[in-house]
Order: sequence, then structure tokens, then C-alpha cells
Amino acid sequence: MPGTDPTPLEVKLSCRHIWKVYGTHPDRFFSNKSGRLPDGVDPLNHAQEIRDSNHIVAGANVSFDVHVGEIFVIMGLSGSGKSTIVRCLSRLVEPTAGEVLLDGQNLLDINKRELIEFRRHKMGMVFQNFGLMPHLNVLDNVAFPLELQGIDVKERRRRAQEIIDLVGLEGREASFPSQLSGGQQQRVGIARSLAVKPELWFLDEPFSALDPLIRKQMQDEFLRLQRELHKSIVFITHDFMEALRIADRMAIMRDGEVVQIGRPVDLILNPVDDYVREFTNDVPWELVLTAGDIADPAHKFAKGMGHISADTSVATLLPYLADHEAGVVVRDGDGNDMGVVNARRVIEALASGVQNPAQVGM
Amino acid sequence: MARISSSQYLWLGLLVLALILHFSPGPLGAFVTYPTEWVVSVTDQMNVAMRWFVDAFGPVFKAIGWLLEWPVFAAQKILAFLPWSVTCFIFMALSYLASGWRLALFALAAMLYMAGIGYWAESMNSLAIVLISVPMAIAVGFGLGVFGFYSKRARRIIMPLLDLLQTIPAFAYLLPILILFGFGTTVGLVASVLFAFPPTVRNTILGLRAVSAEIIEAGEISGANARQLFWKVRFPAAKSQILLGVNQTTMAALSMVIIASIIGGTNDIGWEVLSTMRKAQFGESLLAGFVIALMAMLLDRITHAFATRDRAISSDEKALKSWHLVLAIAGAVWLLSLVVPALAEWPENLVFDPAPAMNTGLENFILNWRLVLEAIKNSAFFFVMLPVKIGLIQAVSPFTWGFALTPVLSFAYAAALVVIAGFALVRARAAMGVTVLLIGATLYIGLTTMPWAVVLAAFVLLSYQTAGARLAIGTALGLGFLVIIGLWPQSALSIYLCGVGVFICFVLGSGIGIWAAHSQTVSTIVRPVIDTLQTMPLFVILIPFVMIFKIGEFTALLAIIAYAIVPAIRYTEHGLRNLPPDIIESATTLGATPAQLLFKVKLPLALPAIMLGLNQTIIYGISMLVITALVGTNGLGQRIYIGLGDGDFGVGMTAGIGMAIIAMIADRITQSVSLRKQQALGLKTEML
Ligand SMILES: Nc1ncnc2c1ncn2[C@@H]1O[C@H](COP(=O)(O)OP(=O)(O)OP(=O)(O)O)[C@@H](O)[C@H]1O
Ligand SMILES: [Mg+2]
Repeated sequence: MPGTDPTPLEVKLSCRHIWKVYGTHPDRFFSNKSGRLPDGVDPLNHAQEIRDSNHIVAGANVSFDVHVGEIFVIMGLSGSGKSTIVRCLSRLVEPTAGEVLLDGQNLLDINKRELIEFRRHKMGMVFQNFGLMPHLNVLDNVAFPLELQGIDVKERRRRAQEIIDLVGLEGREASFPSQLSGGQQQRVGIARSLAVKPELWFLDEPFSALDPLIRKQMQDEFLRLQRELHKSIVFITHDFMEALRIADRMAIMRDGEVVQIGRPVDLILNPVDDYVREFTNDVPWELVLTAGDIADPAHKFAKGMGHISADTSVATLLPYLADHEAGVVVRDGDGNDMGVVNARRVIEALASGVQNPAQVGM
Repeated sequence: MARISSSQYLWLGLLVLALILHFSPGPLGAFVTYPTEWVVSVTDQMNVAMRWFVDAFGPVFKAIGWLLEWPVFAAQKILAFLPWSVTCFIFMALSYLASGWRLALFALAAMLYMAGIGYWAESMNSLAIVLISVPMAIAVGFGLGVFGFYSKRARRIIMPLLDLLQTIPAFAYLLPILILFGFGTTVGLVASVLFAFPPTVRNTILGLRAVSAEIIEAGEISGANARQLFWKVRFPAAKSQILLGVNQTTMAALSMVIIASIIGGTNDIGWEVLSTMRKAQFGESLLAGFVIALMAMLLDRITHAFATRDRAISSDEKALKSWHLVLAIAGAVWLLSLVVPALAEWPENLVFDPAPAMNTGLENFILNWRLVLEAIKNSAFFFVMLPVKIGLIQAVSPFTWGFALTPVLSFAYAAALVVIAGFALVRARAAMGVTVLLIGATLYIGLTTMPWAVVLAAFVLLSYQTAGARLAIGTALGLGFLVIIGLWPQSALSIYLCGVGVFICFVLGSGIGIWAAHSQTVSTIVRPVIDTLQTMPLFVILIPFVMIFKIGEFTALLAIIAYAIVPAIRYTEHGLRNLPPDIIESATTLGATPAQLLFKVKLPLALPAIMLGLNQTIIYGISMLVITALVGTNGLGQRIYIGLGDGDFGVGMTAGIGMAIIAMIADRITQSVSLRKQQALGLKTEML
């Protein structure tokens, strides 16, 4: 869940200096395939140079890690290169330069056959407009990746059925995509991407084609699935509230570059520039700030004070604080007391946050 | 006062040139009628080349032809061997699986008609060729389509080739094939494969390209290899579109098989229509024509239904099971027919032959209504066709109109034109003024007597203004070629007949289209009629008109109108019905009356679609024009027909190429007008 689980993490997928350049001669800007520029060359200047020679820089020196069991969210304005980067990770788009390490192996070094094997067993992807096969019904759509592997009809349908039950589509197996609502179609997309039991799960704006109510419902569903399945996830969205709900960590992109990486609350509290701040501006603080973020360790504990877990949002806390002037003790996941939060502390945090979020004390 | 733009000055200059050349050419006579001694005849060279080719490769083609004949023979033997009841059942089952009970009943009715009217054997002979040629055309078309999809370079070669194959008139195909393969069923087969494969190529490319990137990516991320990506993702996702191509291919194949029977010697249904028509046995001809129409409708509905049917009701396993069932029942019907002879061979005494009665009825009708019919025909001829063709100056004589054009009358005509044009100019309608003058002068001089240099210049100017320098050069080269090889008089005649037909179609068709767009009743009445007309092989449309008006240009004109009006209606209605609703609403709120709404909002917005309709009208008109050579029109069509009759490759082929040149120029001009309007209006209009 967001903001919890501080245990040191094993890296699942790691991308290093990924560049994607569109144009007539994308290769001529790179002396080697690793994407590392010669000493002294600033990536940002290099990207600008490429643009100046009439090429499109869809990804510029992108590096980040995705940990096992983590939901890593990529955000950015339209055209900032999110889809390009996530497609580079699975080589649906061939990066111009860089490295993609899956469990330490560079995916860009392997040949087509090995890549197909990787896709068949390790990756799943959910698309914005679902990308369902119009000629297959729900059951066969979900079984499709298994069919490609040559698994026989009975077995693959049995396995597809399990996943259909998991995403709550039982009863619609014989329907065709065109007969389903948007939300149902995306459940099929999700089920299909899970059919091969992938370790890596890519989702490219999976819910943005859905209306707000269904979107919320699908997010809950998604989080429920993740609690059950514990995949390593790269999730793209341009809705900050969505990122907030689901992200363990997130990256913000602009013009193909990663501007900032961190926990959502870090981005809110310490945005590196106005671009990032723009995203976080409209966030309702009381929903984002948790008791842990504003607990005051210096404050005196008093007898009879209640205690509360660190990830409780301020919004949930407010009614309680209205009745308990002294405040409440905040406890972290391991049961250690972190400090005290009282109404005054909350008001200070909210007020300063609105004016100058960077100065809210931790 | 309106300002006259520079391009309008060009047109006026052309007008002055036309008048000068017409009235006192002086030394410029060569620009009025192209001197025969300047003609560079290419027909002989083409014949020599063809003869050389036949000498060199003839045996190869003969061998191929011999090979191709076998499957056709086999199909004909099988269809002749199967009891009619079994064939009938199979078609009913196909119809049922494709669409449902109603189509199955239609299939039953159609098959009963074929058997009952006594044309079963002929129908099956034609069907056999179609059944062999369609899979071949699909295989060729699909192969080329896939190739063209993957290779941009291949596409650059394939696309113009398709344009050419689809604009060369059907008759012209037959000639080289006839020369290469010699008489026999092969001619029909090869011609129909060549004629029918282009739609499959186009729709294959279109369908494969339209598969969304996400679906492809979904296939890739699921671990599809190259082969799986094509056969399990791309192809199935594009299947509906490809099947629509198959539908068009089937229709084209049938239509060509029918046309090919003109070379004779085949005992098929097309030959039946033609030979009876030549013997003026119109009753028989109509009955046989009806067989073709039914066959066309049946094949169209079945293939179309397979292309568009709902996926939900058609899973593969179910289909497989039903096929077993169909075969089982077909077997049972066959066994039954061994016992009941009437099911094997349609009994003689049950053959229903209304032809003699129809012939007498028709004779009576023509006899009783002779005066009216003659009056219609003559007035149309004298008041519409003759003036444009020969020009008022020669057409208006005591012999035809009861009076002659005296200098005074001519002067009055000219003065009236100038006054109308001047009035238009004053009312700030420069374009209209210029148009009035141009049309007036064309009527006066006559299209076929118009100096060739002026017509050529006019087309070049039009091409330049609508599509730019490249088309202008193409037009100049194409029409110039026709002038130089001495085909200009025939070309002018063809342009004339087709032009008049297209003009009438356009006026009438847009009118009906507008009406249909505003009235659901009209639309529901018109729709099936034009659908039927469109699926009808060209031949069949001729029959009723020949019956009543005998042979001649008027009959040809009516046939052209009947066929070419279809796209004019369809596109106008479609264009008007698919306008952005918000624009209509805002115009209505602004207080536009229905008439204002139509003329100031809807029609301008629907113009791109209407122009595409005009484009198709012209193409339809030209393809019908060739067929009308059968009923005695002059012009390029007749030359093709003569070439075919004499086996004269040069004559037939040059005329065929001439037709193709005219068709392509007309196509490009109208396309680019439509495209420009679309861009200007920010709309997108597709071909229907
Ligand atoms: N095949 C291509 N050829 C040229 N440019 C491309 C191609 N694909 C993407 N681009 C460009 O790369 C940039 C990044 O595109 P991308 O689709 O990754 O953006 P995105 O962040 O996913 O945007 P959105 O939120 O709209 O999906 C854009 O400027 C786009 O125009
Ligand atoms: Mg995107």
C-alpha cells in the first residue's frame, strides 16, 4: 500500500539511460548502444541538440528501477513519452540506446526468439483502448496468449476461466468485445494480461477510457488483485489522483525526460520544479498527508492518548481530533511511536502546505 | 459589378478561340478537325507486336489455357451431375448459415425460377465458371494484397495497375485474352479472374492497415511470433473488410463471366440473353436476364452476409457441426432424388414458358403506344441529344425542327446569351456568367464539331485548376495521344454520350438523393431499387430499354442513366444524412428556413460527398457506355466491339485504352475537387 513497507527491496526491472529518437537517422546521435553519453556531455543538452536536427526525442536518458511487488507509476502530460518508455521496456518499441535489465539480464541483447519466450512467460500488458481481439469471445481472448504458446484448448480454457473468475467476469465468457461495456472490456484486457502469470505487469493508462465512477471501481479492483498477486508493475496515468491512490513510487516525465522520481507524497511535499508542482497543485491535502508525515516527535506524550497508524490520512483524523484536543499518538508499521499529532499541527501543515508545500516539516 | 478572376479570363479566351476556329479557321483548320494525313496509326504496329508475341508465347498460353479448362469442366460436370434439388438445398443451407431463413427462402425461389423457366443447365454452366474463377481471383488478390501491405515498393506498382485494370472497359479485356488463349471457356475464366481480383487486393490492404496498433501490440506482448501475428491477429481482425472485398470480387467475376459470353460458343446464360436479344426475342431475353439478376442478388447477399454477420452467432465449432449436418441432408436429398425423378431433373411438363405470351404482349404494347413512344424518343433526340452533338447551327433545320436558324435567329441567340451573362456579371456572379457563355457556345457549336484543340485545352485547363500541373500534363498527353492516333472523333462521341448521360443522372440523381435524405418513405423505397440496379450485370439493364425503344443512342442513354444514377442518388443521400448535427442545429437556431438550410448549409457541406458521387457516376457511365455498343452506339465502345468481332487487337485495344484514358482523367478531376472541398470544410468523406 502507498507509503508503507519500508523493507529493502529487490530490483525486478531496471532501465538505464534509455533513449528513443524518431526521425531519419536516429542512430547517428549515439556512439554506443548503452545510452551512456561521453563524459562531459549533458543529457539535456544532447536531447536539445537532437531536436534541433529535426528528430523527435520521445525518450531521453530515462533511468529507473521497479522493485519486486512494487507499483511504479509514470505520469506526464500528453506526448511526454510515457507510452514510448513503457513500450521500450517490453521492446514493443526498439529503444535507440540504453539498457533494460530484467532480473539482471539485458533484454536489448537477446534475440527475437528469446524475446518471444520472455513475453510469453514474464510480461503482461494492459492497453488504454483495451486492444482486444474483435474476432474472439471473452474466454478465447483471455486464453489467447496461452493459445500462442501452443497449449491445448481444454487446458487453456480452464486456465482462462480461473482468471475470468478472478476479475469478476464469470457469465460473460461467450460474449464478444463489441457486446461489452468499457469497464467489462478492460476487465478482459486485465484478465488476458494475467493469463500467463507474468512477473512484470505493464499498464498503459488502463482506466482513462472509462468514466469516473467505473474508474474508481476498477482502481479498487486493481489494488485488490495486486494484494493477491504481488506483481511488479509499471502503471501509466495522467491522473494524479489515480497515481496517488495506487503508486508506491512514481516518476514524472516531460519531453521524454524523467523530471522527478519518488513517493507521491515526496513529490507533493518537495516538487523539484513548477512542472511537477502543476501536477500536485490541485491535490486535496487532507487526503494525501498522513499522520506519519506530520507527526511531531518532540511533542509530549500524555496518558490516555489514543494511537493511530502512520498511514492514516489527515482527513480521517480530523473528526477524531475535534473531540480530543490533546491529540493522538502515531505508530509506524513496526509498532514504534513516531510522535504526536494534534489539531494545531494539522492546521499548520495544511496552511503551510497550501502556501509553500516544500516547507512542511516531516 | 463582379471582378473577373484571371482563370475566368482564361476560359473566356478559350471561348473566343473556339468561336474564331469555328467560324473562320483560315489556315488554322488543322486545329478544328485533325487532318487524316497527320494521324499516326498505331493499330498496325500493335497487331504486328501481338502477332509476334502470339507466335513466340502462344503455346505457353495455350498450355495454361488447357490446364485452366480442366477445373471448369470438372465444376460444370459436377453441377450438371448433381440433381437440381441437391444444388438448391446447398444454396439454401449456405444462405441460412450466412444470414437466416429469409435469405434461404429467397435462394429457394431463385433456384426454383432457374429450374422452372427451363434455364437450369445454362445457369449452372455460368455458375461453374464463377465458382472456379472466384477462388482464383481471391487467391491472387489476397496474395498481392498481403504483399502490398508489407512492401511499400510493391504497393507503388500494384495500385496504379489496379486503377488501370478497373478503368479498362470489360470488353477490352476479352480481346487480348481471346487472341492469346483462343476460343473456349478459358477466355471467360481468365477475363473474370483479371477483372475480379482488384477489389480483394484493395480491401485486403485496407483491412490489414486498419487493424489498430494496440491489437498488434497486444498480440506481440502475448508472445506471438511473426506467423502467429499474421494468422492469429492481423488476418482475423481484418477479416470482415477482406470479406467485403470477396463480395465485390464475386460480383465482378459474375458480371465478367456474363460479358465474356459475347464471344459465343458457350452454352451459358449470358449467351442465352445475347442471342435471344439479337433475334429480337425479348421475352426470352428478359426471362434469361432475370436468371442472371437473381444469381447476382443471391451471390451478393450470401457473400455480403458472410462478411458482415454478427460474430456472436458464428463460432467455428458450431459452423463445423452445421456443415456436417448440411452434407448429411444433401446426401439424403440426393438419395431421395434417385427415387423421385422430378427431384433429379426438372420435369419437362412443369417448365413454365411465358416468353411467347410476353413477346405478343410487348408487340401489342409497342403497337398501341407507338406514337407516344416515338414522340418521347424523338423529342429527346431532337431537343437534347442532337443540339449538343451536332450543334444548333446544323441541327436546327426545317427537316428536324420545322424551321432553320436564320442569321437573325443566330444573332438573337448570341445576344440573349450575352445579356444573361452580362446580367450575371452585374449581379456579382462572374463564375455563372462565364459558365453561361461557355455552355451556350458549346450548344451552338456542338460538342462533336467543337475544334479538338479547344476541347483538349479546356480539359487541360480544368485539370490544372482542379488538381494542378501534374494532372494537366497527364491530360494533355492522354488526350493528345487520342488525337494523334486518330481516335478523336470516336472519343468525342463517347464523351458526348457519356457526358449527356452523366449530366442527366447527376441532376436527377441528386434530386432524388435530396428527397430521400429528407423523407424516410422515399429512402425506403429507393434503397432496394438502387441496390438491385447496382448488383445487376450490365447486360441485363439493357434488355427492357431495347425491348421498348429498339436499338439506338436513345436506348443507350436510358441504359446509362439507369445504371449510373445509382451512385448519384446514394452519395447525395449519404452526404446529406451524415452532416455534423451541431452545424445543422446551430443553423436552425439562427432561424434558417428549410430551403435556406438546404441550399446554404447542407448542400455546401455535402458537396464533397456529392462530388464523389459524380465521380462514381462517371465511372459507372463509362462502363455502361461500352456495353451499349451492343445496341448500336458509335464511338469508342463500337470500336472495341468491332475489334472483338474481327479479332483485331490494335483496333480494340486502342479504343479500350482510349476509354481508360478518358475515365482516368474524369476520375482524377472529380476526386481532387472532392478532396479539396473536404479539406476546405474540414470533413472526411469515404467511398461507399
Ligand atoms: N512512431 C512514431 N514516430 C514519430 N514520433 C512518434 C512516434 N511515436 C511517438 N512519437 C512521438 O513521441 C512523443 C511521445 O509519444 P508517447 O505516445 O510516448 O506520449 P505519451 O506520453 O504516451 O502521450 P499520451 O498521454 O497522449 O498517450 C510524441 O511527441 C509523439 O509524437
Ligand atoms: Mg500514451
